Amino acid sequence: MKLLPSPRRVLSTYVILYVAILYFPVLLLPVFSFNDSATPMLPLAGFTLKWYQGLSGNAAMLGAAWNSLIVGVSAAFLSTVLGICAARAITRHRFRGLGAASSLIMAPLILPEIIIAISLLVVLLGLGLELSLVTVILGHLLICVPYSVTVLVSGFEGFDPSMEEASRDLGETAFGTLRRVTLPMLAPSIVSSLLVTFTISLDEFILAFFLSGTEPTLPVYIWGQLRFAAKLPNVLALGSILIAASLVLLTAAELFRRRAERKMELRP
Amino acid sequence: MQPSAPTLPVERSGRRTGGPRFLQTETGKGWLTISPPLLYAVLLLIGPIIVIITHSFWTQDYLTIDRTFTLDNYKAALTEPIYRDLLLRSLFVSVTVAFVTVILAYPVAWFVSFHGGRYKGLWLFIITVPFWSGYLLRILSWKVILGYKGVLNSGLLYLGVIAEPLNWLIYNVNAVIITLAHSWAAFAILPLFVSLEKLDRSLLEAAADLGDGPVRRFLRVTLPLTMPGIIAALLIVMIPTVGDYVTPRLVGGKDGVMIANAIQVQFGKASNWPLGAALAVSTMIIVSLVAGAIVLMLLGLKRLFK
Repeated sequence: MKLLPSPRRVLSTYVILYVAILYFPVLLLPVFSFNDSATPMLPLAGFTLKWYQGLSGNAAMLGAAWNSLIVGVSAAFLSTVLGICAARAITRHRFRGLGAASSLIMAPLILPEIIIAISLLVVLLGLGLELSLVTVILGHLLICVPYSVTVLVSGFEGFDPSMEEASRDLGETAFGTLRRVTLPMLAPSIVSSLLVTFTISLDEFILAFFLSGTEPTLPVYIWGQLRFAAKLPNVLALGSILIAASLVLLTAAELFRRRAERKMELRP
Repeated sequence: MQPSAPTLPVERSGRRTGGPRFLQTETGKGWLTISPPLLYAVLLLIGPIIVIITHSFWTQDYLTIDRTFTLDNYKAALTEPIYRDLLLRSLFVSVTVAFVTVILAYPVAWFVSFHGGRYKGLWLFIITVPFWSGYLLRILSWKVILGYKGVLNSGLLYLGVIAEPLNWLIYNVNAVIITLAHSWAAFAILPLFVSLEKLDRSLLEAAADLGDGPVRRFLRVTLPLTMPGIIAALLIVMIPTVGDYVTPRLVGGKDGVMIANAIQVQFGKASNWPLGAALAVSTMIIVSLVAGAIVLMLLGLKRLFK
């Protein structure tokens, strides 16, 4: 009877194809980073680790990695602190102007990064500041906060405000309530926010490119290396390490987010 | 600052006292809580954008900035053929990428929402992960795939499908569109998914019971009701991609240069900040206008189907 495959079948096939194409370029880099050839071409030439070995002892790259770590950790902590404030206001308070305030905080998510980058550049240089890792952190905070807010809003929605009220009524100070009730309840969301924002910062290129001055982060270092065709295999090796690190961090963030969600299900 | 009579009971229950009375109200507490991130956004986003807008009305002569008001930068940005062409091309690329992304992503969002079952969260995670990692590297990967001596050409040569490398794969607008559409695919799924989740399934049953076929049902129920998600997805892709810098640089070649590249030159080598600022402001205004027009068009379309 059936001449055509069922619509459900067609849809499933399409989705699998879609996901495969989504991942294809991401997985291609690691494949060629192990390929024994100076240019990424088919057919594959054989397995080698030499492009990875070529990275070790590269002082410029290690410096860039260190810079990325400083920027990422600072941006993750500061944006999560700002994110907690915003998420708390969004979930616990109803007031005029909340919509406008939160859209302003979320705006960097949808603005072209180059606009954010050049505006910040002009202001920072105008104030007579030297470009440094601090200016990169300032820029990264802008784009990390919206992601942090998204993660933390669901965290705040996940626990009952009456618990905080109970703590206050039992005589805890505002700070004591924050430290002993709110933060422990939010912990999985906070960890998830730290991991996500660290990954966003680690990956970010445009703001770092405009604001980093003489201290490159890893993506800026990679960009510089792209000028040299001979360095391409090493770049692929470094890129593969970065992608692997991002995948691990994001998976961990997702696991913590789910934990926060499970906590929510336990709610009476 | 003196605690007045009405605040005394509050003091007894151990809460913060004193301070302007405004801060004791719900609105005051709300504003106080949101103020750190809000101040940050005002100081480091709105402030700098105002500075950029001001700069766009000035002129620069080598290193000194002349602060007399002028519209010359906008005249140059909008009428000089090179900038006009770059602006038009950037708009064309971002609108195309937005529509391609949304059309390709819609069935996937549908699948996750209707057939995802227990694994909706996992599906969304799998689909969005590539978006969260390796922006620069994904674009580099497309350069490796599409290059003259790249993976696609060398693979096809090896298989004997072609006798000579194809030279039209990279360094043109199409390469930019393919790369950007791939880069932003995951981002479009989220708003589409949210709007599909909100769709009341009983409405679909009702339409089926009343005799609508799958196509009519989609056009008259699903599409109009998920229009907010479609619009959000289009904007969330279109506005950021209009200013993409890396993709045109890596895979665009001479024919794929976009407005962000011209803006960067003005803030770098050419060192003409006011002109760069005017290019940036023009881009934002024009992309907002085009976005507005697309939203109105889609809302009109929605009414037509209903």
